Amino acid sequence: MSNATLTNETVHRVSFLDKASLHIPILKILQADGTTYENAVMPVIDKALAERIHDTCVFTRVLDERMLSAQRQGRISFYMTCTGEEASIIGSTAALDDGDVILAQYREHASLRYRGFTTEQFMNQMFSNEKDLGKGRQMPIHYGSKELNYQTISSPLATQIPQATGVAHAFKLQGKRNVAICYFGEGAASEGDFHAGLNMAAVLKSPTIFFCRNNGYAISTPTEEQFAGNGIASRGVGYGMHTIRVDGNDMLAVLAATQQARAHALEHNAPVLIEAMTYRLGAHSSSDDPSGYRSKEEEAKWEQHDPVKRFKLWMINKDWLNEKDDASAYEKYREEVLNAVKVAEKVPLPHIDLLITDVLDKPTPALEKQLADLKQHIKKYPKSYPKSAGRI
Amino acid sequence: MAEMNMLHAINDALSIAMQADKNMVVFGEDVGHFGGVFRATSGLQEKFGRDRCFNTPLTEQGIAGFANGLASNGMTAVAEIQFADYIFPAFDQIVNESAKFRYRSGNQFDVGGLTFRTPYGGGIAGGHYHSQSPEAYFTQTPGLKVIIPRNPEQAKGLLLAAIRDPNPIIFFEPKRLYRASVGEVPAGDYEIEIGKAEVVKSGTDITLLGWGAQMEILEKAAVMAEKEGISSEIIDLRTLSPWDIETVAASVKKTGRLLINHEAPLTGGFAGEIAATIQQECFLSLESPISRVCGLDTPYPLIHEKEYMPDELKTFEAIKASVNY
Repeated sequence: MSNATLTNETVHRVSFLDKASLHIPILKILQADGTTYENAVMPVIDKALAERIHDTCVFTRVLDERMLSAQRQGRISFYMTCTGEEASIIGSTAALDDGDVILAQYREHASLRYRGFTTEQFMNQMFSNEKDLGKGRQMPIHYGSKELNYQTISSPLATQIPQATGVAHAFKLQGKRNVAICYFGEGAASEGDFHAGLNMAAVLKSPTIFFCRNNGYAISTPTEEQFAGNGIASRGVGYGMHTIRVDGNDMLAVLAATQQARAHALEHNAPVLIEAMTYRLGAHSSSDDPSGYRSKEEEAKWEQHDPVKRFKLWMINKDWLNEKDDASAYEKYREEVLNAVKVAEKVPLPHIDLLITDVLDKPTPALEKQLADLKQHIKKYPKSYPKSAGRI
Repeated sequence: MAEMNMLHAINDALSIAMQADKNMVVFGEDVGHFGGVFRATSGLQEKFGRDRCFNTPLTEQGIAGFANGLASNGMTAVAEIQFADYIFPAFDQIVNESAKFRYRSGNQFDVGGLTFRTPYGGGIAGGHYHSQSPEAYFTQTPGLKVIIPRNPEQAKGLLLAAIRDPNPIIFFEPKRLYRASVGEVPAGDYEIEIGKAEVVKSGTDITLLGWGAQMEILEKAAVMAEKEGISSEIIDLRTLSPWDIETVAASVKKTGRLLINHEAPLTGGFAGEIAATIQQECFLSLESPISRVCGLDTPYPLIHEKEYMPDELKTFEAIKASVNY
């Protein structure tokens, strides 16, 4: 049985393979003007799905724009946008069943919105108030929702990749017809967790979709300094899984690829790798200034490929949308987000008692003593601990 | 009660737990048909099928990450790391992920159904990559429980409790005792309470505290001390995190002296934590400084293993020094 899956062709002179030996085409369905390529095979999409995708695009654009400016005003400490990558994120999420578990890296809040996370819930997390589902324990944008099958974001890079293999494997063992999808950037694909997670999924046959947003930069480091091979897709082939490279700014291509990836994963109990070629139009995070490492010309070139605009034009061409309704959707969300900011920043912060809960299922006696000592101390110096002192 | 060695007891515990919990899976390097390099999982694949007891590729970080994912999605996952020396590639997944799953999500997600089993410790001529005792790295991480049994009966009861505890657990197994420690083990299902130390022998002059394979050393040293007229109380901590401060403090208040023995290096070892806490709790009862008999601050050696080990002679000397302080 050993090495049974290897090819048996023999040669009699030295002959090396290199990255050019792999021919990886890129799937494109939608053109920049909103028309589709001739002979393109369409994904499964109706008007209702298109409207849900469009609505998510608009909300996400508005959220990103407003929250980045809220961060600049000092109202929240940190923010990350997904501007330019909406088609990759929303197009893939729209291909899933709501019961499929999403393990995101950090830039995929559009997925959460697509699933129904409310504007108020976004704000509660970003303002770390007492309504935050995460109880104010993580930086802004580290969302999570059990109800929406979106696992809570972890800052360490790529750790979600082998976890996704485990989540998907659990579905398989439980006989559930669901997959796990895991998002990451091309930078994260350098971490050991990426290799461990893909190899395990391929060998153990776990229905996992590994979705790489190849967005050009890992913070400031361009792809040329991240990998020397044929992108990330070549690795999927190397690990023995179905692999596809798609135009990550093409909503229909991403949707089609992910719909078929999901079907394949379920039918064969097998993982699939999708490499979406896209571009991070925004900064890595609010702590980053991309003008130090890339040109305005480069950004301008990618703005021509704006995935949200391209999808809007397609909907207009189909008469499923008009410019006026598109514009009023932006207006509606601008107002909604602004109002939500004002409400969320006035909600009280989580109670100090939550400092010691959820470390283990129950606080240990040692931890209870530490909290009691802390409260005594705060009572003695209430002015030094204004966030907690009034509510002990 | 049947007589069995520690490996049989562990195998028995795994089998009982898998029988009772259809969602439980056991996996790791070579654990499938082969039964693990120490044979702890022997027969489980035959009994429960390849879906429930299986091999993984050689990737500790993968095993830990995969285990986190399984446990986060409703499974009871028991992952074997073949040697505790090789747990470090999995360190990030354990320390940043397993330990924080519940806390970071505000209790929306947890990996409470996860147990890592891993053989630790020396005394088998294994050199430094088959002999380490890395427990202290994990006791400093909130969100994990750390357990070390000392004999077959303890191993079975503690492992059953660990598998069913709603928190991620690292279960260190003293590999030196896998076959060497044989004893009566109750048949059927039973659990030993996590977080509770056991007073193995009562005494009046000094408290000897340890865990795992070092309990044998403490017992031998206590017999030597007894011949000198020194009465030792011996405590097995069993759970290092969270540890049973109450039982240890009560004993030290009675005896007035404490000696802690562990195989891991002295500096930054868990004995330091115990010493600091007991000094706080029992300052006025202490008749002598708290004594630590531990490994040296070197990598675990091969040829000078006997010299390195905190053995019964070193322990005996430390007992006398404490009593005669």
